[in-house]
Amino acid sequence: MKQLQAINDFVVKFSNVNGSGSASANELFARAILRMGVPVSPRNIFPSNIQGLPTWYEVRINESGYQGRRGGVDLMVAMNPQTWDADLKEIESGGYLFYDSSKPLPKSKFRDDVNVVGMPLTEICNATYSDPRQRQLFKNIIYVGALSALLEIDAGEIEKLFSEQYKGKEALLQSNIKALRLGRDYALQHFTCPAGLRVKRSSNVGNKVFIDGNSATALGAVYGGATVCAWYPITPSSSLAEAFIRYCQKLRVDPASGKNRYAIIQAEDELASIGIAIGANWNGARAFTATSGPGISLMTEFIGLAYFAEIPVVIIDVQRGGPSTGMPTRTQQSDLLSCAYASHGDTKHVLLFPEDPAECFELAAQAFELADRLQTPVFVMSDLDIGMNSRLCNPLQWDDTRAYDRGKVMTYAELEAGKDFGRYLDVDGDGIAYRTYPGTHPTRGAYFTRGTTKDRYARYSETGPDYVDNVQRLLRKFETAKTLVPKPLLYPADKPARFGAIFYGSTSPAMQEALDVLAGRGIHINALRVRGFPFQDEIADFVASHPWVFVVEQNRDAQLKTLLVNETKINASRLISVLHYDGTPITARFIVDQIAQHAGARTVVPLKKVAS
Amino acid sequence: MTYLAKPRLHHPTLAKNKVGYTRRDYEGKISTLCAGCGHDSISAAIVQACWELNIEPHRVAKLSGIGCSSKTPDYFLGNSHGFNSVHGRMPSVLTGANLANRDLIYMGVSGDGDSASIGLGQFAHCMRRGVNMVYIVENNGVYGLTKGQFSATADKGSKSKRGVVNTEEPIDMIGLALLLGATFVARSFSGDKRQLVPLIEAAIEHRGAAFIDVISPCVAFNNHPGSTRSYDYVREHNEAVNRLDVITGREEITADYAPGEVTEITQHDGSVLRLRKLASDYDATDHVKVMHYLQQRAAAGEVVTGLLYLDPNAADLHSYLNTVDTPLNQLTERELCPRAVTLDRINASLR
Repeated sequence: MKQLQAINDFVVKFSNVNGSGSASANELFARAILRMGVPVSPRNIFPSNIQGLPTWYEVRINESGYQGRRGGVDLMVAMNPQTWDADLKEIESGGYLFYDSSKPLPKSKFRDDVNVVGMPLTEICNATYSDPRQRQLFKNIIYVGALSALLEIDAGEIEKLFSEQYKGKEALLQSNIKALRLGRDYALQHFTCPAGLRVKRSSNVGNKVFIDGNSATALGAVYGGATVCAWYPITPSSSLAEAFIRYCQKLRVDPASGKNRYAIIQAEDELASIGIAIGANWNGARAFTATSGPGISLMTEFIGLAYFAEIPVVIIDVQRGGPSTGMPTRTQQSDLLSCAYASHGDTKHVLLFPEDPAECFELAAQAFELADRLQTPVFVMSDLDIGMNSRLCNPLQWDDTRAYDRGKVMTYAELEAGKDFGRYLDVDGDGIAYRTYPGTHPTRGAYFTRGTTKDRYARYSETGPDYVDNVQRLLRKFETAKTLVPKPLLYPADKPARFGAIFYGSTSPAMQEALDVLAGRGIHINALRVRGFPFQDEIADFVASHPWVFVVEQNRDAQLKTLLVNETKINASRLISVLHYDGTPITARFIVDQIAQHAGARTVVPLKKVAS
Repeated sequence: MTYLAKPRLHHPTLAKNKVGYTRRDYEGKISTLCAGCGHDSISAAIVQACWELNIEPHRVAKLSGIGCSSKTPDYFLGNSHGFNSVHGRMPSVLTGANLANRDLIYMGVSGDGDSASIGLGQFAHCMRRGVNMVYIVENNGVYGLTKGQFSATADKGSKSKRGVVNTEEPIDMIGLALLLGATFVARSFSGDKRQLVPLIEAAIEHRGAAFIDVISPCVAFNNHPGSTRSYDYVREHNEAVNRLDVITGREEITADYAPGEVTEITQHDGSVLRLRKLASDYDATDHVKVMHYLQQRAAAGEVVTGLLYLDPNAADLHSYLNTVDTPLNQLTERELCPRAVTLDRINASLR
C-alpha cells in the first residue's frame, strides 16, 4: 500500500469529543513541533456546546511557514466514534489513521488505501489508572506520546513544556511525563517508527510568537490606552474580553495603591456594552467593546448616535458565520456591510482589517488613536479564524516614544484664553471639530450632546441648511479618515501580471500560498491587501491597472466588492469574486482552483480577435 | 413655553452661594415644555438643590434618554455638560461616563417610558451595579411627546384623556429599585418642592445608586379626572412618611418644620440627613420593613412619598471595581502603557 512520505509538510487532524480534556494535549503536540523550529498552524473546529459533541483540532505542519488551512488530512487521530465515518473519508489516499483499538472494529470500518495504526488506548489507561477522570485525561497525553514516536517529535521538548507548565507542581509534572513515556514506549515497541510523516528539527520559526488574535487584540487595547471595557459574552469574542481582564490584572495595577487603572463591566447585553463604551469615551477615557455579528446588530442604534454626536468608540467585531445566530463557532467575513453602514440614516464608519494576531495587536492600538482623532466609531474586523486560534506571527512591537494622540480636545487654558469653542465648528477644514471633556471649565466649553440635529455650536436646530452643513462636514471628515487608516499593501508578482487580486483579513495566509502555487503554474498575479475603510485611491488605481481583478473573500454576497463598487469609481465589470463561505477557513487549494479556472477562461483569445 | 430669551444680566443683589454663584447661574435654556408641566418644577428643584449644596455647575454631568423628561437637562445647569442619549439607554451611557471620571456628580434624568418600558433592563442593571448617581424618573404615567399613550407605570383602571381604561398592571419603579439593590430610594411629587429639594440634595450627597421617583403630572395628556397622575389625585393621595433636612459638613440648609420625632443618619461623606417621621414606626433603614410597608400602603391606594429607604454605608461601583483615585480619563501613556520591554517579555513567553 502507498504510504505518504513527508518531512515537515503534512496535516494532522485530531477528532475528539468536547469536554474530554483533549484541547490542552493537542496544543501540547503543536507547541512541541514549534519548539523544534518547525512552523505549525493549528485550528480548533468546535461546536457551540460544552460537553459531548464532536470537536476537531487540525494542525498543519509546514516548513515554508504557510499558515492557511491546506485542506485534506494526512494523519487522522480518530478518538471520536461519533464521527468515525466522516473522519475516515477525509484522509488522503496513502495517509494514516491512528485510532483506539481497544474494541475490535469490522473491516468495513476501514479503508484499503489508508495505513492503520491501532493502539489499545482505553485498555492501557484502564490497566494503569483507577480514577475515571485520570483515565480520560491521560489517554490524551498517552496518544501524544505515541505520536511523538511515530512522527519523530523530540520528546524532550514535550517534557520541557510540561516542566514550564507545571512549575512547582511536582506530582502533576511527574504523572504527565509518565503518561507521555507510556505512550511513546508502546509505540516504539509495537509500530514502525517513524512512519512516513516526520518532523525534522528546523530553524524556520525564528523569533516568531505563537498567540491567538483575541489575546493579541486585548494586549493592543492595553497598550493603546483603553481604560474602560464593557462587553457581553458571545462566541467568538468572549475570550478577547477575558484576555483584557487577565492582562489588566498583570499590567494595569497601580503598584503604590494596589488599585486598578481600568474598569471592566460585563454588561447585561450588547446595548449596554456599547452605551458604557460611548459614555466613557464622551467623558475622555478610551473605551471599547468586543462582540460578534449578533452584537453588532443590537448595537446599531448606539453606533448611529456615536457617528452623529461624534463620540469616539472602538468596536472589535470578531466575526462568525451569519446571519442570525448563524454558525456561532465557525468563521466568516460577513459583517463588512453591516459594520460599514451600521445604523439608520446616512452613516459610514471606519473599518480596520487585521490579517493575523500581530496585526490585531497593532490595529487595536491604532483604532484608539483613530477614534480619538476622528471622533467616530472605529471597527476592528477580526474573525473567529484569527481570533480563537493560536497563530505563528511576528513578535508584537511597541515604540516607547509613541504618545497617545487624544485628538482635538480643547483645554482649560485654551478656553480661558478665549478661544472660540463650537463643538461642531470645522476650524481646520478637515471636518473634525474640537471637543471638551465634561468639567473642564466653570463657564466655558460646556455643550449639550445629542443625537438630534444641531448647528455648529451644538444648539438644537432642525433647519435644512444647518443639517446639510453638518452632514457635509461629516463627509469631509470621512475624507480625512482616508489619509489616516492603514494603506493597502501591494504584493507584486515576480513577472508581468495581467491579473490582480484583492484580499483582506484572515484570508491572508491562504492567499499568500495560493499566489505562490499559481505563480508556479505560470499564472502571475499582483495582489493587494486592503487594510482599512474608507478606501484610498491606491485601490481604485490598482483595479484600473489590471483588466481583471479577483476579489477574494469569506462571505456569500461579495461584501468587500460591493463596498468597493459603492464607494469608489472602480469599474465593477473588472472584478471577479472568489467566495468561500461554508464556515471553514478558506484554503489555498480553493483559491488556486477558482482563480485557475477563471484565469484559464480569460486567457483564451476570443475568436473575433483572432479573425481581425 | 415662551420665546423670550432669558436676560443675561442678573440683579446685583441676587444672593451668591459659597462658591460665588447666584441661583440664576444654575439655570439652563428656556424650557420648551408645556406651561404648567411638572417636569419644569423638577428642573427648578435641581437648580435649587445644586445652588444650596454649593456645587460648581461644571462639576455636574447631566444625562438623559429620550422623551419630554429627557429634554429637561437642557433647561437646568447650562454650564454643565449634557448628554441626551438614545431612548432608554441613559443608564449605560452614564455608567460609562462615571467610570471615566469618578470626580464629577452624575445626574440621570429619565421618564417612565424611558425607564419602565424600553429602558427597564438598563434601569435594573444600573441599580444593581451601584453606579454613584442620582437617578430621577419624572413619572407622569403617559407618553407625552407622542401625545398621550399609556406608559408602563400607569395604574390599572386609570383612564386616558381619550377615555381608554388601562388594563395592564403598572410597573412599580420604587419596588423594583428596592429589590434591585438601590441604596437610596425616594418618592416625591413635583408639586411639593419643599419635600423634593432636600431629597435631591440627599441623593447627590449619597454615594451609590440613588433613585428618586417623582410623580410629575402631564398637564397636556394626564391631568384629567380618572387619571391617577393628575395634580388633584396626587395631592389627595399623597402620604409622606417623613420630612427631610440635609446637613452638609458646612451648614444646615432647611429647618422650618414643626418639631416631631427626629432621626439623624450620617451618610458616607459626612453629610447628615435629619428625618422627621410623619408615619409612626417608619424606619427608612430597614429594607424588609420598608418593602412591606410600601406594599401595604399601595394596596390601600396611597402614594407614599419621602425618603423611603437609605443604606448610609453604601458602596459604589468604583469601590467594587477597586479603581484608582485619579479619574481614568486623566491617566496618560505614562500610567497606562506598559513599555516595550514588557512586551518583549510577553513575546518571549509566547515561543
